[in-house]
Amino acid sequence: MNPLDPRILGEWWNTFLRGLGLAEGWIVFINGLVVTLILLGFGLTSVIFLIWLERKFAGRIQDRLGPNRVGPYGLLQTVADALKLMTKEDITPDNAERVTYNLAPGLAVFAVLMLLVVIPFGPGLIGVDLNIGVLYIVAMGSIGIMAALMAGWASNNKYALLGGFRTVAQLLSYEIPMVLAMSVPVLFAGTMSMHGIVEKQARFQWFGLIMPAAFLLYIISALAENERTPFDLLEAESEIVAGYHIEYSGMKFAWFFLAFFLNTLILSAIAATLFLGGWQGPFVEQVPILGVFYFFIKTTAILLFFMWVRATFPRLRIDQMMALAWKVLVPMGLVLVLLAALVVKLPIPGLLQNLILFVTNIAILLFVLGAVGRHLRKEAERYKVRYQVSGIR
Amino acid sequence: MLNSYAVVGLYLLIALAFPFVTLLIVSLMRPSKPNPLKNSTYECGMETIGDTWVQFRAQYYLFALVFVIFDIEVVFLYPWAVAYGKLGLFALVEMVIFIGMLALALVYAWRKGILEWQ
Repeated sequence: MNPLDPRILGEWWNTFLRGLGLAEGWIVFINGLVVTLILLGFGLTSVIFLIWLERKFAGRIQDRLGPNRVGPYGLLQTVADALKLMTKEDITPDNAERVTYNLAPGLAVFAVLMLLVVIPFGPGLIGVDLNIGVLYIVAMGSIGIMAALMAGWASNNKYALLGGFRTVAQLLSYEIPMVLAMSVPVLFAGTMSMHGIVEKQARFQWFGLIMPAAFLLYIISALAENERTPFDLLEAESEIVAGYHIEYSGMKFAWFFLAFFLNTLILSAIAATLFLGGWQGPFVEQVPILGVFYFFIKTTAILLFFMWVRATFPRLRIDQMMALAWKVLVPMGLVLVLLAALVVKLPIPGLLQNLILFVTNIAILLFVLGAVGRHLRKEAERYKVRYQVSGIR
Repeated sequence: MLNSYAVVGLYLLIALAFPFVTLLIVSLMRPSKPNPLKNSTYECGMETIGDTWVQFRAQYYLFALVFVIFDIEVVFLYPWAVAYGKLGLFALVEMVIFIGMLALALVYAWRKGILEWQ
């Protein structure tokens, strides 16, 4: 008996509840309440840390200090900001559609919080191990699109409406490649349960290592789904001020902010689970609590990659953004799904299958990068000619 | 299995109530001194001219239509992916045909110029 194994702890907890003589319904209720409180508490506190991390990390990359006044290393800066937003006056514009306007921020938070349920933090450490986990993520993730459109529409502000439309167009377009990329681990594992997918990736058979192109496809789509640079044209300050949440202030703005950062965390956690083996790692069988450590290492690595991209990349134009989704990523996703299905059915040993998948993935990546590069060079050439003709250098 | 959906249901109720209850509590903590200027649209700048809710560009609709095609594909793709290991070679052939037809739709939209953003 290992007291550090969450699965055994869970069994012990259930036996304890049954020992109290409670009915089955009450046990489910109490467990649900515990799960809810832990997940909500984790989500809200992690966001406070995340915002600090993003500001500090971006600051260091750009040769600044980042927040360093409130608390040690500026750690309490976010707490101070949150308190300020809570006590700030909340303005509802006269022309806004009041019901929709007030509903949108809460819905945005709700959509992101719902995703926390199926994230496996460690062996046995999962809110609910749904057997349709991946499909649940796809379904719940779509609610956020509705919140953005509601906010943009109800604000009755042209900038907000433009931002709302751009958000919907982008999130819809990048949902397709994301879903295609996520179907590859489902195909390999033969299950949609998040725990089942992690268990299939034991002994470094990470799906992200076998199919690097699918992993990259997911990362790019996640950047877009999260409205991050280089896909942040929906809140481009220089064009439409702030996008769909321009009219929001006080706590309602804080909700949009929280939804954004929590979404970053969850998308990284999903990437770590589906493609980097989740809590799998050396010695997890003997010491299960190590799994939590591995999971957070992988999640933080992807998180820092997102922040790195945000701190360094310029922004795409809307035509480039749409073309990338529909002309590059969607065909690539279709090809990858078919490739995975084809190779899995080949009558050869598993190791050889993985090798073939890896090599073909690299080939596909090189081909796509080459095609995009050729196109960009041609476009640059066209612009050069146009500017020379009109005399602008 | 039903029990785990009960937990999700409970979580759903609390996660839905939480942001709105917080908004309600916070509304007791904050000042509220509205005036016409403050409540005008885009308070920090010039008010934009004309009505906001006008007809917007139709291209968003086209992308939404293409999206619907591929979103329905997902509904079929996931059950297929889950059961794929247990199915024979015909599953692969059927999916090749299915994805081929979808790819044809994409090529058609591409050739028609729907995917060009003007």
